[in-house]
Amino acid sequence: MDVMHKTSLSLGPLLFNWDGDKTRDFYFAIADEAPVDHVYLGEVVCAKRLAGKDYMPEVIERLERAGKTVILSGLMLVLDDRDMAMTNDLASMGRDYLVEANDMSLVSLLHGQNHAIGPFINIYNEASLKYYEDGGASRISLPPELPAASLRALARTATAALEVQVFGRLPLAISARCYHARAHKLHKDGCQYICDRDPDGRAVDTMDGQPFLAINGLQTLSHSYINLLAELPELKEMGIHNFRLSPHDVDMVRICTSFRDRLDNKIDLTEANDILETEMFAMEFSNGYYHGEAGRMQIGN
Amino acid sequence: MTKLELVCPAGTPAALRIAVDMGADAVYMGFRDETNARNFPGLNFSVEELAEALDYAHARGAKVLLAVNTYAKAGNGEPWIQAVDNAARLKVDAIIMADIGLLAYAKEAHPDLRLHLSVQASASNPAAINHYVREFGIRRVVLPRVLTLPEIRRINERIDIKTEVFAFGGMCPMAEGRCSLSSYITGKSPNMNGVCSPASHVTYVQSGTDLKTNLAGFTINRFGPNEQAGYPTLCKGRFAVGDEVGYLFEEPTSLNVTGILPELMDAGVSALKIEGRQRSKAYVREVVRNFRAAIDAAARGERLQINMDGLSEGGQNTTGAYEKKWM
Repeated sequence: MDVMHKTSLSLGPLLFNWDGDKTRDFYFAIADEAPVDHVYLGEVVCAKRLAGKDYMPEVIERLERAGKTVILSGLMLVLDDRDMAMTNDLASMGRDYLVEANDMSLVSLLHGQNHAIGPFINIYNEASLKYYEDGGASRISLPPELPAASLRALARTATAALEVQVFGRLPLAISARCYHARAHKLHKDGCQYICDRDPDGRAVDTMDGQPFLAINGLQTLSHSYINLLAELPELKEMGIHNFRLSPHDVDMVRICTSFRDRLDNKIDLTEANDILETEMFAMEFSNGYYHGEAGRMQIGN
Repeated sequence: MTKLELVCPAGTPAALRIAVDMGADAVYMGFRDETNARNFPGLNFSVEELAEALDYAHARGAKVLLAVNTYAKAGNGEPWIQAVDNAARLKVDAIIMADIGLLAYAKEAHPDLRLHLSVQASASNPAAINHYVREFGIRRVVLPRVLTLPEIRRINERIDIKTEVFAFGGMCPMAEGRCSLSSYITGKSPNMNGVCSPASHVTYVQSGTDLKTNLAGFTINRFGPNEQAGYPTLCKGRFAVGDEVGYLFEEPTSLNVTGILPELMDAGVSALKIEGRQRSKAYVREVVRNFRAAIDAAARGERLQINMDGLSEGGQNTTGAYEKKWM
């Protein structure tokens, strides 16, 4: 029976442009206190953001000392020589670390060696899954758009460890255009790193004031935060045992702990949801994609 | 420098005949199901219609490219496999695909079938494109609409296959094939269902003197009495960020590259793709006629900037990411 299969929690790559000190302190707290097994590190949204940030070696050391497995995540969209240089650098670290590809350029560089595939690589069916597994992917984080029926079908044939995002804003789109810069009437080349003002992304509302989406530099995210606490038992039953939480500017230690405690049956669903709701006051949650509906929808309670 | 190839949309058999008659070098279409990214009511081809289309186009020297450019569904990949098998059996000139599992199938089952990489695969750099060349023998890549001319040139210098770029029509501001905005709001996406901001979820609501366009209950735009209302494509609406209201993602505008054909040729581009399988026959006639003239002029070393504002969304044109000011 699969019920005895060990579940693992991971912290996805930080999608937002936090400053170096805040980021380092955040990861130190994760290392010391959060019950996660894997931590994805790296800039996946915009290569420009790396300028002047040198906390990585310290953070990696602290996380590894705490027994976490560090996975290095690559860029979602590789366009110019700077993006490609960053991608090449990451590939060269693939001997020492598990590296997660989020663009075909990095998939190509890691082909034939053990690596991870991120949620920005399109895997919608068994044949695609097999292609990446045959290429050396041992850990695959699936696109958030997939409904339960697809997850089940993929889990049935998977040899790699499959992972699904269970918490946080959903990454919905990536562009060459910087929407943060555009919203502030700046050009991308002179962006002043203005995305650093919004640690969870900047709200985008309709003209009638309906909460709609969120922007994060080149990236567009959901307004709502996915919460699959209620779906964890079914995910486990279908053979998916790895759950990704996407970092936000809230008490992530507490949120990771609530997911861990729920998986271990230390708290029930209501208690776990209560923790999220008090921590994420006034935020909307959603699980629509899982249930085959619009991603923004909340199905059930 | 060789002449640019003109690749034109064929949403219906009638549109196909018009595009071929007006001088298209190639036409592209999809089957009438969710295997293609313009899965709209009343559009696309049956297997029999595709066979007739091949006869019509080939008799007039035009090529036929079949788009099977959505992602096959887990647990139910049969429609996609059938589409590929039918394309091979009918001997289309090429099949345009994005799904890596389907590319692997096509290469294995139909080694003689010519493969083009769809824009929906979002291959935006030489390393990615060369991977598809090495693994599947793709012969052409349709480049994402997020690349600048210098980036396109660098790509062409580092790959051995031909590149096709979008030349006219709808402007996705997001990297294609990596956008699920539509399914987040409506439940239907380009990758899974072959639709974006589907008409089934659109309503037009009169609000005082304003007209509101709605998608699944969300206000995408609001037009005053003197404004022309456009279709509520999700990323082309007006939204509020803080106190600022405007076209955050993209204006309601059409791509038009007739003014930069020499630069595209110089950057090594081989083919121009006209978007718009959902467009009218009159639209296809006008756009193909104009592009035929512009391409022929460019081949003679002349620059022919053609005003097609009347055919554009919102009456506006852009050269998009090809010119860096777009960013």
